[in-house]
Amino acid sequence: MSTGVRKEFDVSAIRAEFPALSRSVYGKPLVYLDNAATSQKPRCVIDAITRYYEEINSNVHRGVHKLSQDATHAYEGARETMQRFINARSPKEVIWVRGTTEAVNLVAQTYGRSHVGAGDAVVITAMEHHSNIVPWQMLCEEKGAELRVAPMNEAGELDLEGYQALLTDEVKIVAAPHVSNALGTVNPVQRMIALAHERGIPVLLDGAQAAPHLEVDVQDLDCDFYTVSGHKMFGPTGIGVLYGKEALLDGMPPWHGGGDMIRSVTFEKTEYNDLPHKFEAGTPNIADAIGLAVAADYMTKLGLDRIAKWEHELLAYGTELLSGLEGLKIIGTAAEKASVISFLIDGIHPHDAGTVLDREGIAIRVGHHCAQPVMDFYGIPATSRASMAFYNTREDLDALAAGIVKVQELFG
Amino acid sequence: MSDLYDLYQEMILDHSKKPRNRGSVEDATNQAHGHNPLCGDKIRVTVVLEGGVVKDLRFEGDGCAISTASASLMTESVKGRSREEVDRIFSTFHALVTGQKPDVPAEELGKLAVFSGVSEFPMRVKCATLSWHTLQAALDDASDPVSTE
Ligand SMILES: Cc1ncc(COP(=O)(O)O)c(C=O)c1O
Repeated sequence: MSTGVRKEFDVSAIRAEFPALSRSVYGKPLVYLDNAATSQKPRCVIDAITRYYEEINSNVHRGVHKLSQDATHAYEGARETMQRFINARSPKEVIWVRGTTEAVNLVAQTYGRSHVGAGDAVVITAMEHHSNIVPWQMLCEEKGAELRVAPMNEAGELDLEGYQALLTDEVKIVAAPHVSNALGTVNPVQRMIALAHERGIPVLLDGAQAAPHLEVDVQDLDCDFYTVSGHKMFGPTGIGVLYGKEALLDGMPPWHGGGDMIRSVTFEKTEYNDLPHKFEAGTPNIADAIGLAVAADYMTKLGLDRIAKWEHELLAYGTELLSGLEGLKIIGTAAEKASVISFLIDGIHPHDAGTVLDREGIAIRVGHHCAQPVMDFYGIPATSRASMAFYNTREDLDALAAGIVKVQELFG
Repeated sequence: MSDLYDLYQEMILDHSKKPRNRGSVEDATNQAHGHNPLCGDKIRVTVVLEGGVVKDLRFEGDGCAISTASASLMTESVKGRSREEVDRIFSTFHALVTGQKPDVPAEELGKLAVFSGVSEFPMRVKCATLSWHTLQAALDDASDPVSTE
């Protein structure tokens, strides 16, 4: 691998490691600015998955043969890599899931169902992705509990006082995004966690949009649960991590029943397996777990601090460039932001803008970003959203700005 | 860019900026709501149906250029038509925008033929057909809103 520590953050060398970034679209070079939806994958991740299938493919935790031992070793090694990546205390606290959606559902269906009762409450925020709304809504409906929504201001920043006011004795869990996907807001999660813990309330952080951009240290945050989607942090689709504090995970009932999550089964009674396997029923996504660990190592080698620094430069550059365009308004102007720019163009529907930009080779997301309540808050049906990763460049943003001018010419 | 100009033809841009028959008709006999969850567009169509004929209709709601122009041109093309004629026009229009061969020559669609470019943009078919699905729901007097999803 050619990703040893570099003096300079060499974006063109990094780009060369992502095969998809060199393709063209409608005869134009691809400008990929839809990283909040999913990120591209470096060669080392693609190769690791191929190598797994070519060399050690077999089932884990159950074979005495060589391939199964190698696969188990690689798979459990990947768990340890993810443990280090988020700084969990033990690999037992790292549960493999399909992604953030499955992680939130797991917590709602196990911790939630055993701790939230009639008259209790769950607190979320005004800037959630649907995957951190619906599982809690389902739980609250089933239990006769209340779903409380912490407010935000026009800039898309959490209203901490409003949040604090919701933290009454009825609240059994808080679930909040570390970083908002629709607005880019980085939430004051340390403060939010401290306020909840003062009242003995555990906190789940949706880290889907944080892990690709900033260093995540679950011990430092002191969050009780944390979720990661592998595909957004340069890993494969269909794999992610649920972190939970060991004591909490230990006390939770299992979710899916089946193979691997048991110690012994008779028709009368089943004894469940230890952590983390208790929450991992069935043959897991071995290849993609291995691929995700390679992605995490890749980011670590690039340096999370250097990634954050470069992305801040891109965010500042893009924000200034786009705010300078006539008739363009940025939605989500929090002081603390990750590299996401949601915007509206006067008189032009995002769907039309997205179509025109697409033909210029520029991939952005248009729509509600699975955050319809955020759109309702601003009284708009949709936005256009450019979201950057460390492999984006100022030239990508220049192309976006030029594309927007073309959009305005066509519809002007 | 040539595909783009096929999609956003002059007449479509004109109707999207200055939609005809916008608002709601008084004394509507039929009405329905439509929703395209993909882009968040919402539309309402109100109709005066008399003796099986669309005497008058209007639409309200904001959407992208394609869905607004499609609603506007739809209102022009179905006024005075019977339910059967509306269904036939829509099925021909649907074939046109999805790139299938219409049963009747596309010329019979009149102005609606400007939507032929949509077939090159599969993600936009629902924008072009939202108003039509909503009109059909109105003529069926369906009480549930229609959705393109
Ligand atoms: C903030 C946030 N939470 C949750 C999710 C859902 O993640 P996944 O689809 O990987 O389960 C996303 C992805 O779109 C997201 O951006």
